[in-house]
Amino acid sequence: MSDVKAKKIVLSPIADNNPIILQVLGICSALAVTSKLETALIMCVGLTMVTALSNLFYSTIRNYVPSSVRIIAQMTIVATLVILVDQTLKAVAYEQSKPLSVFVGLIITNCIVMGRLEAFAISNPPWPSFLDGLGNGLGYSAILIVLAVIRELFGSGKLLGVEILPLATEGGWYVPNGLLLLPPSAFFLIGLVIWAVRTWKPEQVEKPDFRIQAGQAHGAEAH
Amino acid sequence: MEHYINLAIRSLFVENLALAFFLGMCTFLAISKKIETAIGLGVAVIAVQSLTMPLNNLLFQYVLKPGALSWAGLPNTDLSFLGLILYIGVIAASVQILEMTLDKYVPALYAALGVFLPLITVNCAILGGSLFMVERDYTFPEACVYGVSSGASWALAIVLLAGVREKLKYSDVPPALQGLGITFISSGLLAFGFMAFSGIQL
Repeated sequence: MSDVKAKKIVLSPIADNNPIILQVLGICSALAVTSKLETALIMCVGLTMVTALSNLFYSTIRNYVPSSVRIIAQMTIVATLVILVDQTLKAVAYEQSKPLSVFVGLIITNCIVMGRLEAFAISNPPWPSFLDGLGNGLGYSAILIVLAVIRELFGSGKLLGVEILPLATEGGWYVPNGLLLLPPSAFFLIGLVIWAVRTWKPEQVEKPDFRIQAGQAHGAEAH
Repeated sequence: MEHYINLAIRSLFVENLALAFFLGMCTFLAISKKIETAIGLGVAVIAVQSLTMPLNNLLFQYVLKPGALSWAGLPNTDLSFLGLILYIGVIAASVQILEMTLDKYVPALYAALGVFLPLITVNCAILGGSLFMVERDYTFPEACVYGVSSGASWALAIVLLAGVREKLKYSDVPPALQGLGITFISSGLLAFGFMAFSGIQL
């Protein structure tokens, strides 16, 4: 396989075909773990590994699995990988794994993993599948890191626990925006990120179901 | 009794699965264009959640928990690392059984739920609910109450969002915010509304 094609498989999910903001996959964890950059980074590494490796493993056995039992086969591979990630986290970084709570386990039902298995790994050889999983994991990570940086920096004036903006309560000048640490702000931020990306890349804009005609005179133009 | 009512109210409003923990977001955003389909999906989630939660609770309390196998003479065994794969297995199996039972005995409901029923297997609200149950170490009756009320909380949220989206069709949204973008922002506002319940204890 040529290098150009490999590069395209890895890079296209990051902006052109992003799993979160275009394919609407894997949103649950994107919203829930982004109030701190550190937890978001752990989640990114976990999900990227699971997506890439499950794509690789499923793709190697794709010709031997009858399609009637493929969901079970996929689930088993994904669940095993997630158990590995979960146990490793608990053993190596127990303190950091606490705030992730149930969300590491929920990588099993993260639609990005299943979606890529069904859409790509099922009909492609192992190496491109691995790259595709890696690319989609990175696309997911890009959005998560953007959200987490905004939320942690402006919500508590810190990044990775290091003070960047000195808080007014501790003698500095920055009054933190507590709203950003609350769950609903994640919804607004993703909405705004989608707005920004689609203004930059207008071909991603969705067509409305219908338009209300502005008036008889403009009726013809509305279509 | 008060304890159970408290648990039910808390999981319905304060700890709403969709709006406070963001579980089941993919289906929440994708299948909330119409109120009728949202109600159908909501009912299916309530049914599956109230079925799988007690089952997973029994599995956790009597097989997986550290020391849970003492009834079989193995007091030192800890099988909790097998949790994830077994819970998802129970969920997949009960969705399959529910599907076959409905097809045989209640074909009208089966037809109404259609494709949503199998999709529920990968709805993270179901697995997430079970994992919360494990994390909080609920007893069997608590798990039954939590199953019904957390399913209902998700159903409530998706029906509310579908109501908002049906009205949104008539509004003039900026082109780049059309569709997904404005849906995110309206669910953010809904989540704000639900934050008004936080801190309520019965």
